[in-house]
Amino acid sequence: MPYAPKLKESASQTAGPYVHIGCMPNTTGIHTIFDTDLGSTMITGDAKGERVNIEAVIFDGSGTPVKDAMVEIWQADANGVFPSPEDGREADPHFTGFGRQHADHDTGVFKFETIKPGAVSVDGKTYAPHVLMWIAARGINLALATRVYFDDETDANEADPFLSRIELKSRVPTLIAKRDGNTYRHEIHLQGPDETIFFDL
Amino acid sequence: MKSGYYPRDLNMHPPAYTPGYRTSVLRSPQKAPIGFDGSPTEFTGPTFGHSLIGELDNNLILNFAQAGESAIGERIMVHGYVLDEEARPVRNTLVEFWQANAGGRYRHKKDTYLAPLDPNFGGCGRTMTDENGYFHFFTIRPGAYPWPNGKNDWRPAHIHFSVFGAAFAQRLITQMYFEGDPNIALCPIVKTIPDEDAIDRLIARLDMHNSRPHDMRAYRFDIVLRGKRSTVFENRKEGN
Ligand SMILES: [Fe+3]
Repeated sequence: MPYAPKLKESASQTAGPYVHIGCMPNTTGIHTIFDTDLGSTMITGDAKGERVNIEAVIFDGSGTPVKDAMVEIWQADANGVFPSPEDGREADPHFTGFGRQHADHDTGVFKFETIKPGAVSVDGKTYAPHVLMWIAARGINLALATRVYFDDETDANEADPFLSRIELKSRVPTLIAKRDGNTYRHEIHLQGPDETIFFDL
Repeated sequence: MKSGYYPRDLNMHPPAYTPGYRTSVLRSPQKAPIGFDGSPTEFTGPTFGHSLIGELDNNLILNFAQAGESAIGERIMVHGYVLDEEARPVRNTLVEFWQANAGGRYRHKKDTYLAPLDPNFGGCGRTMTDENGYFHFFTIRPGAYPWPNGKNDWRPAHIHFSVFGAAFAQRLITQMYFEGDPNIALCPIVKTIPDEDAIDRLIARLDMHNSRPHDMRAYRFDIVLRGKRSTVFENRKEGN
């Protein structure tokens, strides 16, 4: 028998329609339990780097914006360091790297006010600037993980060890957000011909 | 940098497309997720200090109640350990939870179920695991509630959980059920999980040993996150 770990991972279950009660209660009108919602502010001081917005819309298989999801992002700071003890390098103290947002009720747009991440250089590899995006919602049984890259980083994207390993090149554009002033706009398609690439982390 | 995590055993998780749970039909990716070895992005994740947690954050009986009042319902403590697949404690990690009130109603404008709101119950809380991966919180047992799916579908009593772990590779959202609830076996959301044992591991056990006499009963619920590979890289020791 091959080796098996001692325990098995707990199964995922959908976050359901009321995920915001637990994860961002202030946005649901529950104001007296937590002072602020976790992840609502990523820039906590004089953070280094370019301030940008990332705006994304998630579309379901009928082309309808998904408005009841909770979306999280995780990214490096302007120097390409993750604000995590697991990184082992010193990150910008004024930047959390972690954002959590809900959709606009009318448009379905998720908006993150953040810093453009730097390229991440670790163990002799350099990864193009990118953001991990994690989507939990009603109807999604196991949260979906994807990445957002930037269309003004053509050379870095070309050299990215991760993007270059994707075999079906025609799907790579589903990971690349388009710059419009200080905002990167991005579409996530859960199904259809433009289905976004999701990762089994 | 970091070593990676054990690959996720997708047989333990619900597939994306589960037509018995109707909302999944239009929200399930149809292409297989792309597997890869991970990178620093997944091997790191946000951490939160214990100072984040307010005094009543782990007490849903009191954290929305007027002074001198408390939420209506069966008083319970939910407790357990967050471990990884090698049974190592996941220390100092944030655990968030949310639930319906004792009548099965959420404090949310989209929940229009007949059961009334409890003016003293908000429905959310959070805590951090300690050095042993242990967590506990106080709440009331949530009610079962009907939901629009089939003609007569009811959710078993449940508490939603969100856990961070040490890295985004361990991030997990799940639900906890209660031992002995006949609605577990009938629920289309529970049934998205293909493995009976995996369902069983989401069912909290009545724990009379840790119940507080004349106050509240305890339920034991352990959460297992992905295991970290034990390979040691460079000159930095792994913090197992
Ligand atoms: Fe629920």
